[in-house]
Amino acid sequence: MQKQKIDESFILKVAKNSRLKLSEAEAKKFLPQMREILEAFSKLDSLDVSKAKPSFQPLPLKNVFRKDVPKESLSQEQALSLARHKKEGYFKGPKVVSE
Amino acid sequence: MKKIPAIIELQEKFTSGELSVKEHTQKIISEAKNSNKEFHHFNEICWEKALQKAEELDRQLKQKKAKGKLFGIPVSVKDCICVKGVESTAGSAILKGYRPLYNATVIERAEKEGAIIIGKTAQDEFGFGTFSRNVGKGFEIPLNPHDKERSCGGSSGGSAGFTALTELTQVSISESTGGSIACPASFCGVFGFTPTYGRVSRYGLMDYASSLDKIGSMGKNVHDAALLLEAIAGNDEKDSTSLPNPVENYSQFLEKSPKGLKIGVVKEFFGKGIDKKVSETVWKSLKMLESEGAKIEEISLPLNAEYGLSAYYLVAMTEASTNLAKYCGLRYGNALDLNGSFDEYFTKVRTEFFGEEAKRRIILGTFARMSGFREAYYLKAMKARTLLIEEFQKAFKKFDVLANPTMPVIAPKFSEIEKLSPMQNYAMDLCTGPANTAGLPHASIPCGETSKMPVGLMLTADYLKEKELLSASAFAEKVFK
Repeated sequence: MQKQKIDESFILKVAKNSRLKLSEAEAKKFLPQMREILEAFSKLDSLDVSKAKPSFQPLPLKNVFRKDVPKESLSQEQALSLARHKKEGYFKGPKVVSE
Repeated sequence: MKKIPAIIELQEKFTSGELSVKEHTQKIISEAKNSNKEFHHFNEICWEKALQKAEELDRQLKQKKAKGKLFGIPVSVKDCICVKGVESTAGSAILKGYRPLYNATVIERAEKEGAIIIGKTAQDEFGFGTFSRNVGKGFEIPLNPHDKERSCGGSSGGSAGFTALTELTQVSISESTGGSIACPASFCGVFGFTPTYGRVSRYGLMDYASSLDKIGSMGKNVHDAALLLEAIAGNDEKDSTSLPNPVENYSQFLEKSPKGLKIGVVKEFFGKGIDKKVSETVWKSLKMLESEGAKIEEISLPLNAEYGLSAYYLVAMTEASTNLAKYCGLRYGNALDLNGSFDEYFTKVRTEFFGEEAKRRIILGTFARMSGFREAYYLKAMKARTLLIEEFQKAFKKFDVLANPTMPVIAPKFSEIEKLSPMQNYAMDLCTGPANTAGLPHASIPCGETSKMPVGLMLTADYLKEKELLSASAFAEKVFK
């Protein structure tokens, strides 16, 4: 496995990429755990996979097509019914551009 | 022990008028409600919906229009499977309050066959665990009905716990990504069946790892679980990974014992890391099968034993990290006040509502697919999976089924689980991980006891050999009784 120094700042960086904010205490707790996990996974290094193709699915899959015909779908009202933030028939999201 | 009628026996009582569907439904709902205060097997009990359906079925009985493989049968459902109008959370606070607008295909099919959905069963958050201890924030941990200090197993812990506890006829729709049906079935002493990947539609399942998730069945006996499986299995245009092969009537093939069943005993799963008493109990049960005509021979699966767990966890975590990216407090599920930018809001919602194990797996999964690491981790695991599948395929040239203990231990006490590191937790999936990574059908059959706790025998078969595997399971069940 590619060597990567796993330290608290690296964990915080990956967490940020995952849209998670870890406290310093959490990062400290995760650090030895993640080192142990990645160390165990690195067992795969000793397996020669050079001739193997990846199995993205356990069984080979074929493309599945269906006729492109319109069908009933959720109404706008239903689709919005589970959202807490909505306005004038739209989902209301957080700001994209900061002021 | 009280004799619990099998599905077909209960249905005879309905048709003869000895018992109404409503009476039976009321009994099981009341049992579920009462036991839930103590054992926490349900996240939600949908008693109004259940009684409404029961009344409808009683009307059909009166009009002599009663039909369906699951007519009048109470069915509990793992919380990660969408039931229209019933809170469905996958055990996560991020989905608290979510009432799906549609049914999962398995629910549509089960209800069409006359099933009565009674509630949503407790689980590890999104399936992230082996002991149903990693429940989401604000959820209760389900307790093992044999001993409340012990785990039900995971992640379909509530399903197995209630199936073991109830004194009434009931089956459970459960789900496995890396062993989440077999493990709790083993710990609670019920029959658990995981079909071939793609045999049952995943439409309406809150996915954990899309190339690994399989919906399956649990029951007190093989016949009941087989009936449930044949009701829910089959191709579905809403799930492009569902298999087109026709579904057989599995329950019709269970009476006749398979002649000269060839069982390959996976020797690595009886050695290091397996409790001696568990391994002895399973061996003893295999000897019983041998004395009834099965042919037993040891086989070695060195690649699966050595690399199965690592490949499984890398695939599972990577896929989980992308699947969970959609939970952001916007369209459904839990939300917070809309403050800050996109990034700030999504981060706040996810940080607030995801539990610790979910965070750990999202971070590890994100790492494994980050630029520069994808080749080394994710792709390597996918290639390893090819080699693991090939090793299984070779074994099935010689054997009908492969056998090993389902779990390396009996259901552990919570005080023991607390001492395990996350990696030691993951290592508990040693025997179940490989078959799940390969997408092979497998079953856990109660085969004995040690320290007054149930032990499970795991049988694995080749792709789409559900009929043969259920027949072998029914044979084993008969021998062990």
